[in-house]
Amino acid sequence: MSSVLAAASTIPFSTGTGGFGFPILPAIVVLPAIAAAAVALFVPRHRPDVAKVVGAVISVAVAGLAIAMAVRFRTGTPGYQFGVEHSWISAFGIQWKLGVDGISVFLVTVTAVVFPVAILGAPVTRDPKSYVGWMLLLEAACLGSFLALDVFLFFLFFELTLPPMYMLIGRWGGPKRSYAALKFFLYTFAGSALMLISLLVLAYLHDRTYGHLTFDVIALTTQQHLSTDTGILLFLGFAIAFAVKVPVFPFHTWLPDAQAEASTGGSIVLAAVMFNLGTYGLVRFCLEMFPRAAVALAPLMLTLGAVGIVYGFLVAVVQTDLKRMIAYTLVGDLGVIVVGLFAFTRQGLSGGVYQMVNHGVSMGAMFLLIGVVVDRFGTGDLRRMGGLQSNAPLMAALFMVVTLSVVGVPGLNGFIGEFLLLIGTFVTHRWWAVAATVGVILAALVFLWAYQQIFHGQPKERDRPAMADIGRRELLAVAPLVVLIVILGVYPRPFLDRINPSANRIIAHVSALTNQAEPAVATGARP
Amino acid sequence: MIHAAPVIILLPLAGFFVLTFGGRRLGDPSAGWLGTLAVTGSFVASIVTFLGLRSMAPHARSVVQTYYSWVPVGGLKVNISALLDPLSLTMVLFVTGVSSLIHLYSISYMKGDPQFRKFFVYLNLFVFSMIVLVMAGNFLFTFVGWEGVGTCSYLLVGFWFDRETAATAAKKAFVVNRIGDFGFLLAMFLIFAHTGSLDYHGVFAHLGSVTRGTATAIALLLLLGAVGKSAQLPLYVWLPDAMEGPTPVSALIHAATMVTAGVYLMVRVNPILALSPDSLTVIAILGVVTAFYAATVACAQNDIKRVLAYSTMSQLGYMFLGVGSAAYGAAIFHMISHAFFKALLFLAAGSVIHAMNDEQNMKKMGGLRKYLPITSTTFFIAWLAISGIPPFNGFWSKDDILGAAYHKSPILYAVGAATVLLTAYYMTRQVVLVFTGQARWVENRPGVEGARAASAGHGGAAGHGGDHGGPPHEGPWIMTLPLIVLAGASVLGGLIDLPFGKLKFLDTWLSPVASGAGDLATESASLRIALLLVTLALAGAGILIGSRLWGARIDRPALEPEVLQRSYYADDISSAVLTGGGGMFSRALSVVVDNGIIDGAVNGVGHLARSGGTVVRRAQTGYVRNYALGIAAGTVLILAFMLVRAS
Repeated sequence: MSSVLAAASTIPFSTGTGGFGFPILPAIVVLPAIAAAAVALFVPRHRPDVAKVVGAVISVAVAGLAIAMAVRFRTGTPGYQFGVEHSWISAFGIQWKLGVDGISVFLVTVTAVVFPVAILGAPVTRDPKSYVGWMLLLEAACLGSFLALDVFLFFLFFELTLPPMYMLIGRWGGPKRSYAALKFFLYTFAGSALMLISLLVLAYLHDRTYGHLTFDVIALTTQQHLSTDTGILLFLGFAIAFAVKVPVFPFHTWLPDAQAEASTGGSIVLAAVMFNLGTYGLVRFCLEMFPRAAVALAPLMLTLGAVGIVYGFLVAVVQTDLKRMIAYTLVGDLGVIVVGLFAFTRQGLSGGVYQMVNHGVSMGAMFLLIGVVVDRFGTGDLRRMGGLQSNAPLMAALFMVVTLSVVGVPGLNGFIGEFLLLIGTFVTHRWWAVAATVGVILAALVFLWAYQQIFHGQPKERDRPAMADIGRRELLAVAPLVVLIVILGVYPRPFLDRINPSANRIIAHVSALTNQAEPAVATGARP
Repeated sequence: MIHAAPVIILLPLAGFFVLTFGGRRLGDPSAGWLGTLAVTGSFVASIVTFLGLRSMAPHARSVVQTYYSWVPVGGLKVNISALLDPLSLTMVLFVTGVSSLIHLYSISYMKGDPQFRKFFVYLNLFVFSMIVLVMAGNFLFTFVGWEGVGTCSYLLVGFWFDRETAATAAKKAFVVNRIGDFGFLLAMFLIFAHTGSLDYHGVFAHLGSVTRGTATAIALLLLLGAVGKSAQLPLYVWLPDAMEGPTPVSALIHAATMVTAGVYLMVRVNPILALSPDSLTVIAILGVVTAFYAATVACAQNDIKRVLAYSTMSQLGYMFLGVGSAAYGAAIFHMISHAFFKALLFLAAGSVIHAMNDEQNMKKMGGLRKYLPITSTTFFIAWLAISGIPPFNGFWSKDDILGAAYHKSPILYAVGAATVLLTAYYMTRQVVLVFTGQARWVENRPGVEGARAASAGHGGAAGHGGDHGGPPHEGPWIMTLPLIVLAGASVLGGLIDLPFGKLKFLDTWLSPVASGAGDLATESASLRIALLLVTLALAGAGILIGSRLWGARIDRPALEPEVLQRSYYADDISSAVLTGGGGMFSRALSVVVDNGIIDGAVNGVGHLARSGGTVVRRAQTGYVRNYALGIAAGTVLILAFMLVRAS
């Protein structure tokens, strides 16, 4: 048995508040959770304004904390920082263990930035109290998922995202919201079930080998003892759950319905945060914990990713509903990330993480603006839009910047991630990279077509009254995201300096356990 | 003095920011003047940097200025850096010079347009991108400029966005260029995979380990990018439509600068081309075929700008022929010549369109020489320059390319020479139709104006502001001055590279970075003179035929067959393939695969569970609970199986 034991080098886990004077990570997770409970329990239904204020203040405060955390995050270290560790359900070895590394640091930050954008920029008129409550609970669950370093704790947070998201689609969505919410719930829940099986078996097998029950991510990552076959089964359990969440082709058909029916706030969170949970999970739990299985199944994942890219954009071309169209492009966008993650190069992985961050920023802004567009036209049907730019030049300009970001025009954020993903894939998996690049070309077609339908030409319905430009509230909400789009594109260094060490650690971990050396050009070892 | 280089880049960027955020306060004409000032300042900084580089020893004239580390991941280390060498400085000089003139011209041309300020915002951003493109020290930063100019082209072609045709043309330009970008991206991946670098210096230093096959692949992929940007066969289809943009845009972006980016890129990577003679041959053939093809189409166009668009495509073909003949100096020489005379042709055409109240059909013009003395005189100079008549610049630069082409293969020369005849012919046709003969616009004039007023009169129509009642007249000095300067450059431009030993200034200047076999080719003097006389005779013949035919009659359907008017049906074919075939495929994916197969399977499972569920319970809202129960039961089963199997 001991022959298959292979302890990878340990992962540094530094505890301490990092100069904050209080445990920063629990604060980030617990603050919105407490606020959600407070809104539910103490805010009377006839005082929705109080709920709105609480939602705004808390979500902005959490964003501030997350940004401060990212700034204080030490560069050049591959391990976890600001760690917190308490025994929780000791009988089963379940811990309250949080930590943040280069993979998760900006996912936490972008999540914390997007929530106030959604809460402030896209308020609802129907039952705002419950809306704010669910939003805050969802925020806590998402942040907890990114920070949890105990597999079971992660699972709880991951599952905790389901009820709020279900409600956000099912209660505040469009006409077919019930169907969409149900579909979303079932897809995700089925995936989660597989993950639960995998994680229980994983802990059980670990217990059998090492004699103690633990769900500790670091222990399960460094103490590699599974045979490749068992690893593949467990990998699949996790991977399917995340593939549904991402979503990876062919697990994506819940997405267009959910995205089209969700309220603006719901669709912002779906597009900017929820998908990152899936791709993050693929890195943390599939690549790190099952490196051999990941390498063995890489061709499958790469192929699904590449097919998703081309497929997503092709299907998007023929959509007539704006939200459905953008939803299909998400399948393509996320496919690029999946391809890059399973190329096992530092460019691919750093680029993947970078693109997740970009994705949160750009798609958050995109769906906020789409919400405004749909509101102005009173329909999501592209065939009935047109000519908005004359009435709303500012909105047109913002939409254009976001479109260019998503299309991957260099100088803006999307290009950095996309380029790293593609070049990182190319050096190990040439033809998949070529297929992925085809998708990148198609993206321009879809987005520019949509842009033209919305903004160019004359209004298709002549009797339409003049439409208002973007409002001040929405402008304030989207402005930080647009600024980030530019900063992330022009000066990615501070972000990459934090992401790279952890990405390198994971790639080194995978190559050490699989004897698959990274190409010399990727590491820079070439003279 | 080469420390002035950052100023070249930063001034137009600063102009962009000031105009974007403070332009409203500036007001209309001042915003235009500010934009012009930023670009002119950039031109001055270019001259200073140029003089600085010239004062250095020839072999040391290749300086990399690194500004900051941009994308550092593992072995991939990309900086924001500039490469200052004779090639980049030559490019940046003529780019900023021509841009300054066109900015100046635009202040008057765009006067009164409701989006006046935005026009200069875009124009400054364009100049910034173009400077980045030619000055960047690595492929990736070049790509920033490459995409930047494409984006600005998109924004400016679609400037009058409420016209459906303009919006569609803009999108088409961007998407077709994306096909080229696909090649550029893959080329960068290959370069990195084989040399571990994207810096020009780093890549060229590591070419020793690159095989001939790889070099050919890289060269052809870069060529794909260049073909898109420089409107060569088969990716040219966007260029004629791009004429929907305001005319200064056509002059700046779609004639003088952006479309030459492909040629620049090919010259920049000449060390890679040197490893792959096959790719050079491909480039030469592609160039000469495009030159000929576009010239034939230009012969049958009636829109004054579309003639010039196809002409641009044809002239770019010559430049590719130069590159393919390894005559890099000649290609750059012709690029500069072309920038002068083609910018002039477009600006003069803009002046004509302006005077004609936005009429662009040459058949409805005529006799304008009398009314537009400056425009017509400068146009004539450009006409002689493009036709290849000495002593104008086009004669020298075209001859340079054709000489090198002959050295590579007499067939290339023959096709190129035939194109000279066509060029002279279609340009003469244009000159005759527009400036001589009867004034055919007299009877049309009221009708034209009425039609304009009805079509939501904006943009070009609104741009002219002034009185339209009187006869056609010249614009103000800021419109005519650029014409005169460019005409002067077209007359004297040949002096920068005369084909006589020590007078080959440009070739000598470029030789440290871009000298190919074609530039060094030394045919015997008698052969060169013979070739020169042949092309000169062909140009003369073209002019003669053109003036004879079109001076007598403007209606010659036999000379304007539909196949040429419609550019060999290229648009019809490509749109049939894309919207027909591609669209059908996409719809099939959407309906059959997504809704039918995948969703069908999902809904089928759901249906099964639901029908089972109703037996147990009648509640309407219990679906979720029911499914959850089912999933939980399934979970337990699989868990049990896994535990049994794993042990």
